[in-house]
Amino acid sequence: MPTVQKKIRVVVAKPGLDGHDRGAKIIARALRDAGMEVIYTGLHQTPEQIVATVIQEDADAVGLSILSGAHMTLVPRIVELLSDQGIEDVVVTVGGTIPSDDIPELKALGVAEVFTPGAPTQAIIDFIRGAVHRQ
Amino acid sequence: MSTTVPTTHDEWLTAYGLTPERDATFTTLSGEAVRPLYTAADLPDEERIGLPGQYPYTRGVYPSMYRGRLWTMRQFAGFGTAEETNARFRYLLDHGQTGLSTAFDMPSLMGHDSDSPLSLGEVGREGVAIDTVDDMETLFSGIDLGQVSVSMTINAPAAIMLAFYVVAAERQGVSPDRLNGTIQADILKEYIAQKEWCFPIDDAMRLLGDMIEYSTHEMPRFNSVSISGYHIREAGSTAAQELAFTLKNGLTYVEQAVARGLDADTFAPRLSFFFNAQIDFFEEIAKYRAARRIWARELRDTFGAKDPKSWLMRFHTQTAGVSLTAQQPLNNIVRTAIEALAGVLGGTQSLHTNSYDEALALPTEDAVRIALRTQQIIAHETGVTNTIDPLGGSYAVEAMTDAIEAQAYAYFAKIDALGGMVQAVKLNYPQREIADASYELQTEIDAGRRVVVGVNRYTEGDDGQLPISKVDPTLEGKQIERVRAIKAARDPARVEACLAVLRETAADPARNLMAPLLDAARAQVSEGEIVHALQDVWGSFTESPVF
Repeated sequence: MPTVQKKIRVVVAKPGLDGHDRGAKIIARALRDAGMEVIYTGLHQTPEQIVATVIQEDADAVGLSILSGAHMTLVPRIVELLSDQGIEDVVVTVGGTIPSDDIPELKALGVAEVFTPGAPTQAIIDFIRGAVHRQ
Repeated sequence: MSTTVPTTHDEWLTAYGLTPERDATFTTLSGEAVRPLYTAADLPDEERIGLPGQYPYTRGVYPSMYRGRLWTMRQFAGFGTAEETNARFRYLLDHGQTGLSTAFDMPSLMGHDSDSPLSLGEVGREGVAIDTVDDMETLFSGIDLGQVSVSMTINAPAAIMLAFYVVAAERQGVSPDRLNGTIQADILKEYIAQKEWCFPIDDAMRLLGDMIEYSTHEMPRFNSVSISGYHIREAGSTAAQELAFTLKNGLTYVEQAVARGLDADTFAPRLSFFFNAQIDFFEEIAKYRAARRIWARELRDTFGAKDPKSWLMRFHTQTAGVSLTAQQPLNNIVRTAIEALAGVLGGTQSLHTNSYDEALALPTEDAVRIALRTQQIIAHETGVTNTIDPLGGSYAVEAMTDAIEAQAYAYFAKIDALGGMVQAVKLNYPQREIADASYELQTEIDAGRRVVVGVNRYTEGDDGQLPISKVDPTLEGKQIERVRAIKAARDPARVEACLAVLRETAADPARNLMAPLLDAARAQVSEGEIVHALQDVWGSFTESPVF
């Protein structure tokens, strides 16, 4: 008998003040079409709001979309808040205009992967699926 | 074997059919089918094409176009505090630029002061931080506001920034009637696409109406709204959606101003437009040509504007940020050049060319210089400026112009059926259309049906290793100190009195908010404090996102 796998729950979040939501919405829809439960936070979320959503939704993964250049302030704050709440098993990914210099630093903080403009949506789907199942 | 030379359309079609088409999708970037050949049979009646500077302005808004004057090369700038941006502005003016274009940071666009916790990490990062009239004064220190034309890209808090600007000019001894420039103030497209809002839609429309009314009476040389399709396209719309939603937004502002008792001819000549230039060359050119024709017709026939200046759709163009790739970034120079050329052949009045590194970060100086040089090469080397509207009468371009015009009218009809643009935005109609179009395009790219060079074909692997520009992280702290110092040194009773008048005026839609906004600016009330006072009365806005 095939085992029924629980649907992956992903929060797609827009931290900070930028209104560029084309990418976030495409990813949200692609993940949903790939069979995941997607919770899109909407725009202009504070790190505290995002972490609260991750907890409330019992998410397996959170995708942060940032195109304002504030990623080196906002991502560390979100990772810190998650860790303060004792959340260690949520896969954190970041997407947006992220200079390559910043990527190693984000990964050192615990970000699982960083996707820059042009990343194929299938690669993002595959990554999240793989990373969640490895947890 | 004999070769037949086709002499009629049918014979050509037979000859065409003898060679199989290559494996490709012959559609525009927006997904519109393109025919293999257009002929004289596709040309519209001569009066739909007309002459430059003549109704319906398909061929351009001025009789001489670029033979008289080239487009304005207007690069957008702003970063850090007012002091840094002021130094940049003075440098640009010293090097012959005659107009300034101000980029504000995200907190300023959203109505947050730099010392708000919501502004963390974003102060002065994507534009200049402006909290009070003192910042505005510093921004233009040593620059005569009676002489220079200033464009300000801000929307939800536009009326507040305009008040800061008028008071900064007042401190220089320059009266509002001498001020020359443009404020974007296109609030509907914020809810549709750019998503930097402060207030509920109806209150935001009222604030815009107050500002248009004030500027019509007091600022005859100032463009009070720059109706913008740029952000609609960046959000993933098609060309037809950009055209239709932008023009419909503009028509809605005209409708509101007329309903308030203004004569269209008193303000319509000061409305200007801002469009995107995407990579699908002919589709873009058709879009600009159709836009001029629609605007002229609607202003003349629907609103009864008598002054031909009211019929002119003058526009700024920016190349498509969304078309830039992080992979093989030097390819972006080529994309930008082609997009800029479309803007020029479409008859733009001013142009911003993006820098090749903008998919990665704010541009470096080298990248900005190449972007500006791209415009100069088009202007001075290519010869495309020697004759007006060189594509006028092209079978393909005229047919595409007609087609996109028809698509725009089909959208107008759908929006009208929903109860007009404000209602359509509340119902998420344009937002949904854009989300669908953007997803559709991404699906095509992911499936390889649409080629993006360096992304899904001709890839190399190791990409994006470029020197990039970084904003000095200490500037945020400096700006926070500055706004705190100003707040501490003010007369608190005067600030409270100004805020009380603002709340009172906001509660009465029959009154105009500009006078209390100007008083608040004079009393150094901050942008965030003003926004909060208005939100006390109106509330704020939360989107129900569609994806």
